[in-house]
Amino acid sequence: MTMTLTLDRRNFLRATAIAGGGFMLASYFEPLSAFTQQAGRPAPPPLEPNAFVSIDANGIATIVAKNPEIGQGVKVMLPMLIAEELDVEWKNVRIEQGDLDAAKYGGQSAGGSFATPSNWEPMRRVGGAARQMLITAAAQAWSVPAAEITTTPGRLVHAGSNRSAGYGEFAAAAAKGAPPDPATLTLKDPKTYRIIGKPIPGVDNHKIVTGQPLFGSDIKIPGMLYAVYQRSPVIGGKAISANLDAIKALPGVRHAFIVPESHGGGSMSGVAVVADSWWYAETARKQLDVKWDDGLAVTDNSATFSTRAAELSKEAPHSTSRKDGDADAALASAAKVVEAAYEYPFLAHAPMEPPNATASFKNGKLEMWAGTQQPGGVVDTLATAMGIKPEDVTVHLPRMGGSFGRRLYNDYVVEAAVIAKTVGAPVQLRWSREDEMRQEIFRPAGYHFLKAGVGASGKLVAWRNHFVSFSVAGAPPLTANAQTGQAAGPRPAASSRLGASEFPARFIPNFATHESMMPLGVTTGAHRAPGACALSFVFQSFLDELALAAGKDPVQFRLDLLSNVPLPASSGGAAFNADRMISVLKLVAEKSAWGKRTLPKGTGMGVAFHFSHLGYFAEVAEVAVDATKRIKVKKVWVAGDVGRQIINPLNAESQVHSAVIDGLSQLMLEITVEGGQVTQGNFGEYPVMRMRQAPAEIEVHFLTSDNNPTGLGEPPLPPVLPAVTNALFAATGIRVRSLPLSKHGFSWK
Amino acid sequence: MAATSFAYNSPMPLTFTVNGKATTVDVPPDMPLLWVLRDVLNLHGTKYGCGTGQCGACTVHLRGRAVRACQTPVKNVAGAAITTIEGLSVDGSHPLQKAWEKLDVPECGYCQSGQIMAAAALLTSRPKPTDADIDTAMNANLCRCGTYIRIRQGIHEAVRSVSGTTSTSETK
Repeated sequence: MTMTLTLDRRNFLRATAIAGGGFMLASYFEPLSAFTQQAGRPAPPPLEPNAFVSIDANGIATIVAKNPEIGQGVKVMLPMLIAEELDVEWKNVRIEQGDLDAAKYGGQSAGGSFATPSNWEPMRRVGGAARQMLITAAAQAWSVPAAEITTTPGRLVHAGSNRSAGYGEFAAAAAKGAPPDPATLTLKDPKTYRIIGKPIPGVDNHKIVTGQPLFGSDIKIPGMLYAVYQRSPVIGGKAISANLDAIKALPGVRHAFIVPESHGGGSMSGVAVVADSWWYAETARKQLDVKWDDGLAVTDNSATFSTRAAELSKEAPHSTSRKDGDADAALASAAKVVEAAYEYPFLAHAPMEPPNATASFKNGKLEMWAGTQQPGGVVDTLATAMGIKPEDVTVHLPRMGGSFGRRLYNDYVVEAAVIAKTVGAPVQLRWSREDEMRQEIFRPAGYHFLKAGVGASGKLVAWRNHFVSFSVAGAPPLTANAQTGQAAGPRPAASSRLGASEFPARFIPNFATHESMMPLGVTTGAHRAPGACALSFVFQSFLDELALAAGKDPVQFRLDLLSNVPLPASSGGAAFNADRMISVLKLVAEKSAWGKRTLPKGTGMGVAFHFSHLGYFAEVAEVAVDATKRIKVKKVWVAGDVGRQIINPLNAESQVHSAVIDGLSQLMLEITVEGGQVTQGNFGEYPVMRMRQAPAEIEVHFLTSDNNPTGLGEPPLPPVLPAVTNALFAATGIRVRSLPLSKHGFSWK
Repeated sequence: MAATSFAYNSPMPLTFTVNGKATTVDVPPDMPLLWVLRDVLNLHGTKYGCGTGQCGACTVHLRGRAVRACQTPVKNVAGAAITTIEGLSVDGSHPLQKAWEKLDVPECGYCQSGQIMAAAALLTSRPKPTDADIDTAMNANLCRCGTYIRIRQGIHEAVRSVSGTTSTSETK
């Protein structure tokens, strides 16, 4: 059975040519927005005219969704932008997932809540260019000036001569024309939007609810075998030898072999077992007896890190990343000083669909079906691993069963390709849940030793943080670079840093962030709202402690802080606009009737806000705690500002629900490492939030501001953690300074 | 890794009904139904999420009751009738499927076939479930995207579409 989930470009082109009425639009990308450069992201690849839109003789518009879909709704959102400016009825739009092709589509990645800010302008111009080409074709046929032609959805209209025609009638003629300069296009007045801003359900919903093949693990190609890949239980170790002959003799097993080294892209040494069904492979794997070279992570221990961090906090820091005024002097003279140590654990992503990839290596060409958030990032690695040219690598982009950052890393994709080449047959590599949880790219743990002071008037005057995080064990240290401002020192573990401008930096006159690092062998990286998902809990909880010390209401204390004239930002970070945060904080206070409701004993409300991924979010949680420390989050209010336009309100609300529940989950989760091995392996030990535990109500409010639209997948997540811990304090008087909550005897009701 | 003893048994023909169709497979009797459905019968709607019965992504109906296909050896279904998401309706017209599409319940969508099968079994036993009934029936089905609020709304919507009324507890 052959199944190609994504469109084959060549067949598609041929099919439309035969139909006779089709046309392919060549259009242009604009250079990505100023934000791209601001955020210090790499420049997009050189862009050539791209094929995003085709229209058949009946006026049906097929629009390519270029970015990988992980549940963020981008497969609908990007085509909505094109369809709006093309001016078609949504019911006449068909959406096809694009394969990986940077030359056609430009950037194709899912991450950083980046699709909205980077595509808002260019995708609308793609649609506008297609519409203009149709107008030009009609103008020529009708011998009237193009400027006199208008459109209604799917139709070209010349009012002066009372003529009109469907887009399909001019599709073939339009295809012969040259695409206009996108800069000359006039885009629609937002007041006239018919698609943008309307609730539009997911394009794959019907396939999802009827169980049709859609995801990477649903791929089946002729002759395909199934593989499992056993990596070292101590993360990063190498396979030395194994009982391969015994494994090969087991039922259904075709191949068993050691991959001694990494093939790049984060792939690791391991033992592959390839069989006729995944169950045969997985069952045989349980009989594996492997001799491992453990490697550097073998000394990693979660408990030791916590102790060592506390020791380091008492020593001179390794470095200082920000210093305003004189925090130590201001602390010495402050009316009240609060000191607190906060910590958070490692976390796994645990997407419902564990990592998997399908590879076929034939005649020197590699074809892959890979759920990956960053497909462009793996092509060169695959080419090198296979010994072929990058142009001989084809990557199809099936839908992903969640990701949350895990599939930004393509280790399993490279491993699937290596296994397929070794066995000489198409192979689907599927990780088990335990593989996924124990071979993660973990959200790094972190330790903050904070001391802050308030003045006699209750104003926050000083803040000192000694932040202890991780460096990469065994990695060469960084050398100083005057041009980039990089200081010499240990190489930080991925996603473990604290930005020098991270709030409340800039808003406190005497402020210092000191840093120390501990070597870490296990792999770390991005998570949903990386950085922010951890830091918000620490800073917004500590601010609550300071509000109490200052004798102020937690909302008012924050409003006062945000009203200070900010000090200059350090380079590299996106600029934080305090006015936007003040607005959402006031809104969430109003909607939750903050300070105006009498709550029963054991119930409390907590507030927090966070700026991340260009989004401004303030949240209030109402939490009830019973005598046995069982917690019920009764309701969460969310106020967010992601610019002037919510593109798809149906999905926008859902993304906020998702981020809030993901954040609540994190309150009760931890990954612990012992001797470089992960303790947890499945949902029993990593209890992701379930329906009964989730709040029955999450009230979402968007405040529109005159700013370009930005993304929603991540920024609603961070503030919900401290909103709940602050509510716990209000309800019980217990201040939680380390996660998960289960460490303090709390559980979900 | 500790080598665990595993008693393989030889493939043998087993006959059961899947989505109304008599089906014979030649597989080891201990092979979980999940892998028979996915890798042998090419019915990919039933998903693997944990392999230990903790997430519900593999929920199917066995003799009309919701079971975990990953925890059901295929020998246990010999002669029985299985319904998977592919067979819940012929064309996606089950009230739950329609409600899921209408309310845009799925985010990534991976767990939703299991969610719908669990909800369908609930509606068979309790045609007008309360929120508490829903929590009890659905608590074993994980959704990492956290679509729980819309799942609950989807079940109420399905009830409403069939009966024109809903349970009184919907608005709590």
